Amino acid sequence: MRLSNLGKGATGVVKGIDASAQDDSIGVGELERRLLEMGFVEGARFQVLHEGLIGRDPIAIKLDDMRVALRRREAQAILVEPPVKLAAE
Amino acid sequence: MSDTILPTRIALVGNPNSGKTALFNALTGARQKVANYPGVTVERKEGMVSTPGGRRVSVLDLPGTYSLRARSPDEVVTRDVVLGHLAGEASPEIIVCVADSTNLRLVLRLALELKKVGRPMMLALNMYDIAERQGIRIDIEGLSKALGVPVVTTVAVRKRGLDLLLQQVDLLAGNAGQAGTWHEPSASEIREAHREAERILRDYVKPPLRPDTWTGRLDGVLLHPVAGTIILMAILFLMFQAVFTWATPLMDLIDEGFTQLGALVAQYVPEGLLQSFISDGLIAGVGSVVVFLPQILILFFFIILLEDFGCVARAAFLMDRLMGVAGLHGRAFIPLLSSFACAIPGVMAARVIDNKRDRITTILVAPLTTCSARIPVYTLIIAAFIPDRQVWGFANLQGLVMFGLYAAGISSALIVAFIVRKLLWRSASEPFLIELPAYKMPDPKNVLRGVYTRGQVFLRRAGTTILSLMVLVWFLSTFPNAPAGATGPAIDYSFAGMLGRFLHPLFAPIGFSWQMVVALIPGMAAREVAVGALGTVYAVSGEIGEGTLGATLAAQWPLAAALSFLAWYVFAPQCLSTLAVVRRETGGWLWPSVMFGYMMALAYIASYITFHIASAWAG
Ligand SMILES: Nc1nc2c(ncn2[C@@H]2O[C@H](COP(=O)(O)OP(=O)(O)OP(=O)(O)O)[C@@H](O)[C@H]2O)c(=O)[nH]1
Repeated sequence: MRLSNLGKGATGVVKGIDASAQDDSIGVGELERRLLEMGFVEGARFQVLHEGLIGRDPIAIKLDDMRVALRRREAQAILVEPPVKLAAE
Repeated sequence: MSDTILPTRIALVGNPNSGKTALFNALTGARQKVANYPGVTVERKEGMVSTPGGRRVSVLDLPGTYSLRARSPDEVVTRDVVLGHLAGEASPEIIVCVADSTNLRLVLRLALELKKVGRPMMLALNMYDIAERQGIRIDIEGLSKALGVPVVTTVAVRKRGLDLLLQQVDLLAGNAGQAGTWHEPSASEIREAHREAERILRDYVKPPLRPDTWTGRLDGVLLHPVAGTIILMAILFLMFQAVFTWATPLMDLIDEGFTQLGALVAQYVPEGLLQSFISDGLIAGVGSVVVFLPQILILFFFIILLEDFGCVARAAFLMDRLMGVAGLHGRAFIPLLSSFACAIPGVMAARVIDNKRDRITTILVAPLTTCSARIPVYTLIIAAFIPDRQVWGFANLQGLVMFGLYAAGISSALIVAFIVRKLLWRSASEPFLIELPAYKMPDPKNVLRGVYTRGQVFLRRAGTTILSLMVLVWFLSTFPNAPAGATGPAIDYSFAGMLGRFLHPLFAPIGFSWQMVVALIPGMAAREVAVGALGTVYAVSGEIGEGTLGATLAAQWPLAAALSFLAWYVFAPQCLSTLAVVRRETGGWLWPSVMFGYMMALAYIASYITFHIASAWAG
């Protein structure tokens, strides 16, 4: 499961990074390292706090004890694990 | 004090928004801009301080970063300074890693990375007051042992802990450090360092007893796509209402002061050239600009409050999609926001954008956001031509028009960015990844200091650039004198009159009178000067008489011409210093020329349309 598929309220744990689909922007390795530096490491707990109005993008998430905003495009590179509850609303 | 001993150089390095600049200001007594959003500092700044041991220390404030692997130009600055890659500059002798004590996870990893540089290092746990309030327990000794560097606690905004920090500098200075082993970490090395940071965190830092629940609660509303956007708009709307309604009494007061001053001059200085110079050139010219001080202060009061509170990164989140549609980089929000003060810091703030093309797009549109130099022009014209009335029962029409002009600036910036992306390049979009800082109660001292600094900048400009230009304008509109037996006002025969009339045909299609053309030319150097120039031109012509400049304009200009003038100022590249900074930031004349060309064209077209529609509508 990827972070980009989740909706508001979903919680879970980061399982890994797979940026292979994002090759066209800054490069797979670079995106991976940036996400890692921002704290998207294996085991980090998160909760999706909010989503934008148009296309429900970008998303604001609570990541461990900090808050981060990112676009779904990048969120796609983040593999996550339950406990999650899928976008219900 | 001996000047032969070189000062010890220390560098402040840390995550964005950890309080490096606040610490820098506290240490060196400087007044660099501090705000609650990542990416405020985009340059290196240097200041001096003495330690308790009598050592002179040069402190470097560096842009915030999550790692030494630099991608955007501001991060490159940090990396190059820390590694000593900058030409003619050795690496700093001591690295002070500045941490937000309430948010240690990422900075501990950065600290581990910084240690590899091999310089003597210390960790400053800043914002320790907040950590204490939240009941975060940090085992300082343990942390220091685990990291292998001294750890001190500081509260930059209260100047607490500075002595201990400087004492550590004394202890570390002279320590040669080790050979640097830093290299760009790979993904697995970053993971490895994270695990180590995580372990240190678990062992030495206990989670808060009283966690900050406000940030979560406020974000529940302020980040909500609908509620948040409505609140954001309401705050901006209120801001412009306040700019008009609160400022008026103060402006009247300043205006009255200058009128009194003019009367005094008329009384004591004999009629003639000197009197004309003082009252028409200095008082009418500079005075007509200084009147706008209250508005500038009120506007910045609001902006600084929002910044300190922590709203900026949230606004970036809410606006991201809109910016994305326009093809702007997510981080472009911050340069565009800075441009409300002045396009120059705005253009420089574009350094936070890593991709060159995205950066140039942002730079190209930054001057379209309404800078504070436009305020005098807008206010003068609005106050003279737009009736001061309530509409819809609650809004002030003048404030509404001002809001509209700001909106016109922003929307044109978005549209131009969109066109640039479509015409010039289509690069893939860059990631938008931004930390949302915890909300903080704005520090009254910081707010006042910020407002004061803005006022100072404005008055200094009025006293230097604007003053000297006004002298020039006065000179050009006074000489040569009218020939004997001339019937029209003397200004018609002056250089300014000649120049204005010469260029007038070019501007006649957009409804400008020759006096307006005269005001545009010195207005190239600084937008506010246009207001001063109008003041002088009409004062020299003797047309101001008893009334104010606004009243004179209202009597002399058709409404359509006034609106056309406003439209011109939304777009026109009336600022040489901006063009110069764009040249510096883009490294050539290409982009400043493109900027000048497109803005000129937009200004002319917008004024043309405005003038013709308004003329037709007014009959
Ligand atoms: N309560 C408290 N607030 C602080 C302290 N130090 C800084 N702040 C506030 O934290 C915010 C960020 O401070 P800055 O100095 O702008 O942070 P910076 O690290 O220079 O940020 P960048 O330039 O973006 O890298 C500001 O709103 C400061 O007023 C502190 O010790 N205690």
